[in-house]
Parts: sequence; structure tokens; C-alpha cells
Amino acid sequence: MEPISFQVDPSRYRHWDLEKEGQVMRIHMNVDPDFPLRDGYELKLNSYDLGVDIELADIVRRLRFEHPEITSLVISSNHDQVFCSGANIHMLGISSHSWKVNFCKFTNETRCELEDWAAQADVRTICAVTGPCAGGGYELALACDEIWLIDDGNSAVSLPETPLLGVLPGTGGLTRLVDKRKVRRDRADVFCTLAEGFKGKRALKWGLVDEIAPRSIFEEKLQQYLDQIQQQRPGRQDRQGIVLGPIEVADVDGVRSSSTLSVAYQPEKRTAEFTIEVPAVSGAPSTPAEIHAQGDSFWPLRLARELEDALLDLRVNRKGIGLCIMKTKGNLDDILGWDRILIEHQGDWLVDQILHLTTHVIQRMERTSCSFFALIEQESCFGGSLLELALACDRIYMLDEEGVQIQRSAMNEGLLPMTTDITRSECRLLGEKELLESNQGNYSRLDASTAEQMGLVTEALDEFDYADMVPVAIDERVSLSPDSLTGMEANLRFAGPENLESKVFGRLSAWQNWIFIRPNATGPHGALTLYGRPERPDFAWDRV
Amino acid sequence: MSKVDRSGKIPNNVDLAGDKRLQRALEHWLPLYMEWWNDMGPAGFQTNDIYLRTAVSIESGGWANFDYVKMPEYRWGIFLAPTDSTNTIGFGDHYGKPTWTEIPGEYRGNLRRIIVTQADTEPASVEQQRFLGTIAPSLYDMRNLFQVNVEEGRHLWAMVYLLFRFFGKDGRDEAEELLCRRSGDEDKPRILNAFNEPCDHWLSFFCFTHFTDRDGKFQLASLAESGFEPLARTCDFMLTEEAHHLFVGESGLDRIIKRSAELTRETDGDPMKAGGIPLDMIQRSINYWFTYSLDLFGGEISSNAANFFAEGLKGRFKEKSRYEDHIMKEGVKIIPQVVNNVVVEEQIPYRNTINEVLRDEYIDDVQRALRKWNRTLEKMELETRITLPSRRFHRHQGIYSNHAFDPEGNLITEEELKKNSDRWLLNDEDNDYLVSIMHQVIEPGKMANWIAPPARGINGQPLDFEYVRL
Ligand SMILES: [Fe+2]
Ligand SMILES: [Fe+2]
Repeated sequence: MEPISFQVDPSRYRHWDLEKEGQVMRIHMNVDPDFPLRDGYELKLNSYDLGVDIELADIVRRLRFEHPEITSLVISSNHDQVFCSGANIHMLGISSHSWKVNFCKFTNETRCELEDWAAQADVRTICAVTGPCAGGGYELALACDEIWLIDDGNSAVSLPETPLLGVLPGTGGLTRLVDKRKVRRDRADVFCTLAEGFKGKRALKWGLVDEIAPRSIFEEKLQQYLDQIQQQRPGRQDRQGIVLGPIEVADVDGVRSSSTLSVAYQPEKRTAEFTIEVPAVSGAPSTPAEIHAQGDSFWPLRLARELEDALLDLRVNRKGIGLCIMKTKGNLDDILGWDRILIEHQGDWLVDQILHLTTHVIQRMERTSCSFFALIEQESCFGGSLLELALACDRIYMLDEEGVQIQRSAMNEGLLPMTTDITRSECRLLGEKELLESNQGNYSRLDASTAEQMGLVTEALDEFDYADMVPVAIDERVSLSPDSLTGMEANLRFAGPENLESKVFGRLSAWQNWIFIRPNATGPHGALTLYGRPERPDFAWDRV
Repeated sequence: MSKVDRSGKIPNNVDLAGDKRLQRALEHWLPLYMEWWNDMGPAGFQTNDIYLRTAVSIESGGWANFDYVKMPEYRWGIFLAPTDSTNTIGFGDHYGKPTWTEIPGEYRGNLRRIIVTQADTEPASVEQQRFLGTIAPSLYDMRNLFQVNVEEGRHLWAMVYLLFRFFGKDGRDEAEELLCRRSGDEDKPRILNAFNEPCDHWLSFFCFTHFTDRDGKFQLASLAESGFEPLARTCDFMLTEEAHHLFVGESGLDRIIKRSAELTRETDGDPMKAGGIPLDMIQRSINYWFTYSLDLFGGEISSNAANFFAEGLKGRFKEKSRYEDHIMKEGVKIIPQVVNNVVVEEQIPYRNTINEVLRDEYIDDVQRALRKWNRTLEKMELETRITLPSRRFHRHQGIYSNHAFDPEGNLITEEELKKNSDRWLLNDEDNDYLVSIMHQVIEPGKMANWIAPPARGINGQPLDFEYVRL
């Protein structure tokens, strides 16, 4: 199979039409049925596959960096019969389990990023539902701040997965329905079992949409509202976005490298070694104007984008890789210098968005079904934001040797939060309040044994133990059941409070994935298997 | 089977008096319905006596009682045809099992959808035809129009009965919605496209009753053998009335064609000189309404259709008598599809092509009428023949709707289609002309100049009978 590329740009969009008018961005879903990502199905009725969502993710990403002046985003459809009919069923039907899981995860991350960006950039997002809107289509609507539904006796919102397909409704496992919109559970129960969903007044009454209007005044009413939103958000019309150019990737002899990092794949060992190289900070931009002038070549931004691209490639194109080894190269002064530029210029929209993107990428790493070990050795520079990357790993091994050090900074105290909104230190030291407090504000250089005492690394090992134990730990890790590890890691990584986002992914991996592999969905007589075929599903009735 | 109750407000053979809840629901709905009829039913003529037939029972003859009636006083009744003697489901996965007299829970959603979609067409056509009385070509035609209108109203009653009786609160909501939607309304359009198209003159009216009502015949027939018995019996009875609507359409077009042929001869090829309708305009009107009506059958490849069949809800046309295999789990049907800009034939599981199977039957039926009209042209010694366009031409639904085809069914470019569409389809100029030549003719027995008289009157009455007392 051709590897999937997650890179795209507006000139190559096939499935979305963009229209910017003043400070309002409108994006119209207009899926080209003849261009599915893989062969074997057609994207009829504005249904989507990973290819459609890769474009949406790119749109959201560019909104973040290229369109900082906008005040509202309207998502609608250019299809004349439907708004969106959800994920393409035939695609799901012919996809492997891992493809389905990765697809669902990616689409959720896109929706979460849409939500995060809208909150962080203070942009109001409105889904203008102008036709039937089903399943994943409604999940997209749910990801917006508001849902407007045209009241024409035909347009409806629905989650028909349970009655029609025998799988879990929506993309986010119903969390957005009851947690975000706070639809009452009994009403949600009725809604989720009614294939045709709800139209107009009933949808409004039950809180499934926020606003309804007949076709003749829909646009006018919406426009008035958009004007109002714009007036409430003065002072950003002069912002100049930066342009996100393509990410250059070379893949030579099993090493995938870009300008800031390389990933060395060892398929026979089922490992991948990530090495981030930190350049000297001297000569780096020191004012917001200089940062803006550097645009997408500003190193912290490049690193975030390239790391994300590498992680997505790992997920989809590198089957069988079980363990990622995270390494850094450079010196602590440089990474802390780069971090300081960001810390000092918080409040500048571009700097803020770079921090948000970095946060998003590290979270993405934590949601990747793969083990991560950080190795802190000679020449490593795990300081500040890169230490955060280490803290996101399942284990951290640190060589106890002269010159091997790490260093905390403000980056570790809330600027790069976890999915659950707490810091990685808080998550790590959930039961060790005093240790946590002694960590706070300690920005000194830490050798291995101090780092171990402070709870920052798994083990500090001297030269001989390190050489003995680390390779064994790696070998052992890749020999364990990958399914068990995926479940184990997902359960260990997110100690502490839950929030909407963590629930979305929790429900998704626990329930959606389970239902996907059950015979009632994907067995020979399962509802998903038989959807669109002449036969009817045949369920095994025992409740498991 | 319950007796016919003629004494209550609502004549019926469903023992309404014995079901107080249902009776109350329908009596509550009656004034809403009358309000709709007054707002959206035929414009004018509501106080005139019209020679109408009213269904008063289901026995032969009972469904066709002729008398003068004022339209608002028409007895909209609820009649179910007698129970089928076999009482078993005739097709699909439940083949041979007893029919359902109550709704099976798992099919409630699908049945509701089927019934609402059918029900919505009934008031829609009344709305589309509302101004035609004022330009009727004769009292005979005016009466036929009103006959069709009141019966469509009764069909709405029949469907609403099912909604009230079997769908509880949801059914009541749907029944009210049926009175809220409006044909062609931007905000509250009717569900199906053809029922939102304007029907401003009698050429469109006859095309509508011929082509679009004929879709109704096939839909009703395929529901008349539904495993859900009350639906089957309701539709069965509606079919008897629908036959008259088709007669109005088919004979109306035949009379126009005949007259146009006469005028073509008399005027050396330009019937417009004599206020007649040119044959090519008739052809354009047929192209327009035939293709819109094809859309009503739904997608060529449809999992809904497959489900409805598998579930025993909606079969094929005359399922019991015309088909041997009523299960059709195996088997395929060839469907030409556009792949990479060429039409190629693909094999599709048979059940998923049920809509297309029904469309085939429909097209055969339409062809039969076409031969009749062409015999009329032949007799008049004209060379012109009426033809049917390809089923791919001018479609708004299904696998052909995203591509441009000419009337022969060849793929063409969007530009070619745009360039020729005035030549192929009823256009604004045609409509303006048609409206301009249509004036009300109210002298008993007289016909407008653009249409030939019918062969005979209604219910054995002479042609100059006063079908509408003005
Ligand atoms: Fe009817
Ligand atoms: Fe009819």
C-alpha cells in the first residue's frame, strides 16, 4: 500500500470549498465522490473518509496560523441534498480494524483541535446544517460552538449508527452529546435509537441544536449574528497570518528525516528512534516582529509540525512498530533559550498558537498506540519543552554520569498541559504532593540521581547498569502483547481528573473499538458488514 | 371486518366509533384539515355543486356514488379493502409468516417513513393544481380536476388514519406536519421534488396525472401487498381511485395530441397560429414530467429498498401474481453506471435494485400509453411521433443525477445540456404561451380550442351535462 501523506494545502483540496469574507471564514463540505483515499468505495452524499478529514485537519491548522484575523467560522455544505451523511460506511466495511481505529482517532483529534483552536483563538464556530446531517456529520456539528439547523421539514440531525449499523454513534462516543451539549440522558437515548433523528422544533427543544430558521431567512439571520460576533471581537483585523509551507521529508535507508528531527526505523526490532536536534539559539528572533518574519521556519514551530507529521506517519504507515525511543541532541542552554523566547512573548497571537500547537502535538503522542521510552544520555538536552516530551513517555531512563543533566522551566508548569488540563508533573506525582511542591519553581540543572529523587525519571543508571538494562528493557517491551500494551498504556498515561477530551478518547478506545470487532458489527452477519447488502443482520443476543 | 359507518362525521369501515382515542384524534384533525383545504385546495368553486363520486363503502359500486356535492362537504372517509384471504407475508425474509396487524417495533421507523412520504404527495398535488379550475377547458375537465383533488384529499385521510392509529404521538406530529408543508415553498417544501414543481396549466396537469400519479399507482401497488396489513388494505383501496386519475391524464394527453394534430394539418404545421399546442411542446412537457416522475422511484441502488423488501414492508409491482421467487436473496440485476465518464454495466445484488425493478414496470406501462397516442398521430397521417426520453436524462435523484445525458441517454457535457435544454424540456416561453391560450370554458359540452372532446361523459352522462353548476 502507498503510504498515506498527511500533508495537503488549499490548492489541492478536493472535498472542501473555502470562502473568506472579511473576518468570517466559511468552509463548505463538498466531497468529491470519485476521490476516495483508497480504492473500493465512492464518497457519496458528502460522506467522508480519512482523506476528507486530512483536508479538514489542514484547514483547522491553517486557520490557526494563516487566518488570525477571523472572528467566526461557519461550517456548511455545498451538497444539494445533504449536509453530511457521516463516515463512509463502505469504507468502514472494507477497512481493517486498525485502519478503522486510526481513522476514528484522527477524526476525533481533528474535532478536538477545532474545539481547542476556537477556544484559544476566541473564534466562534457555527455549524450551519442545511440538509440531513447524520452520524459523524452530527459529530462535526457537535464540535462547533453552535449548531444552526434549517427548518424545512426535511433537514434533520441524527445518530443512526445503533439502529442502522450496530456500532457506537458519533465519532466521539456520545461524550459531546451528553457532556458538552448536556442533552439529557433519556432524551439522548431516544435520539440515538431513532434512525431518522430529529428535525426543526423537536431538535431545538431537546437541545440537539441551538437555533432553527426557515430557509428564506436562515442566511440573513446567520449573517446578522456573524456581524454581531465580529463587533464583539475588535482589534484583530490587522493581524497578518503566516504561511505554512510544505514539510520536507527525506526517507533514506530506513531513516525518515526532516529539518528538526529524524526517525530511524528498525522494523526487525520493531522500534523507531526519534532524535530531535536542537540548533544554537544565538541569532534566533528576539522580538515578536522577528518571529513573525521567520514565519513557518521559526524553529519551535517547525519542530512541532514535523514531530506531528512523524507521529502520524508512524501511526498509519509503520505497522508493527511497537516502541519509540525518544532522544534529543544539543545543549540545555539552547533549548531553554528557544523556550524563553516563547515564554517571554506570550500574548502575541503567533507565539500563543505555537504553544498551543506544541501542546496538541505532545498530547497526540500520548494518544498514539505505541510505547515510548525517553533515553537521557550524553549530549541530550531534555530541558523545558523537551523535558515535557520525556515526561509524556511511558518510561524515562537517565544515564547517571558527569555532564548528563536535565532542567525544568515554566514550560513544565502549565504552558503545555495534558489532555486532562493538568501538568505532566501533577499527573506523575498525583500521590506525592510534597515532592510535587518541591519541584515547582526549581529550574536548576539536575543530574540523574537528583532527577530520580524528584520523581522526574524512572531510573537513574550508571554506565554499566545503563548498558545492561536499557537494551533488555527495549527487547522485553517489544515482546509483549501489543493489544495488552495499548490498553495498559492508555490506562496508565492519564491518571487524575477526566474532562471532555479525555472521555472522548477513553470512550472511543474502550467502546467503539470493542464494538467494531464484535460479530454483531463486523462478523459475517453483523450489521456493519451487511449494511447496503440485501441480507439483514443476525445478532447474537447475549449482552456481554 | 367491521361494517361501514356512515353516520359519524367520518365515514369509515375501521370501526372508528369503537376506538374513542382514534376518533378523537381524527376529529381534532378534521378542522385543521378543513383549514388547509380552504387555504390550499382549489381556488374558488367551493360553494358550487359538482358532480362527484364519493366512496361510501368498499363493496363493488359502493366506492363510486355519483351526486352533486360541494367540495367542502365531500365525505372524506377511511376505507380499507377487504382482508386478503391468505393473510401471509408475500415476500422478503418473513415470507409465508402471518401478516402483521400491529406494527412490528423494529420496523416502526421504516414504516413511518414510507407512510409519511406517500402521504405527503397527496396534499402536495392538490396544492400544485389549485388554480387550474379558473382556466379549465370545459366543465367536464373542471369536474375531473376537482374529482382528482377531493380524492387526493381522501388519500391523505387514509394515510393519516394509519399515522394516528399506529404511531401515537409521533404520528400526530407527522399528521400536522403534512398540513404545514407547502408545494414549492422555499421554507416548507413537500418531501419529493416532483411535488414542488409548478403545474400552471392543463398540459402540465395532464402530464402530471399521467406520469406522476402513475408513480403513485406503482408505489401503492407495491405497498398493497405489504406485510403490514392495514397499510396493504389502505393502499389497495386507494388504487381504485387512482385509476381514474390516470385515466384523466392519459385521455387528456390523447385529446390534446389529437387536437394538435388536427390543428397542425389545418395550419400547415403551426398550430400556434390557431391557438393550439405544437407537438414538440407536448414532447417537451412529456420529457419534463416523465423524468421528474422517474426520480420518485428513488435511487437505482438502494439499501433502503433492499431493507423494505427484506422486511416485508414494500414489495414489487403485483408481487404475488407476477413473480415466482419472492425471496430473491441471491441474484443480481444489471445496472448501467457511469464509471470514469463511460456508461458500463454493473451487476448489483437484486434486492438493492428493487427501486429500479419498479421503475422498469413503470416505464413499460408508460410505453403502452405512448403507443396509443402515436396511433392517434398515425391516424391523422402525421409523421411526428411522441417518444420517451432515456431514464438517464434530466434526473435529480440516483446514480445518473450527477451527469449530463441527452434524451437518448448518451453522456454529454454540461455545456451541451445547457445549450439544448430549452429544446428538450418545457421552458419558460412554453409555459407563458400555454397559460396565454388557456381560458375558462363554461358552456356545457363546449371545449377550448386546444383540446379535442372526450369520447364519452362521466357515469354515462352526456358530454353537455352540467358537470359543475356555476
Ligand atoms: Fe393519491
Ligand atoms: Fe392521484
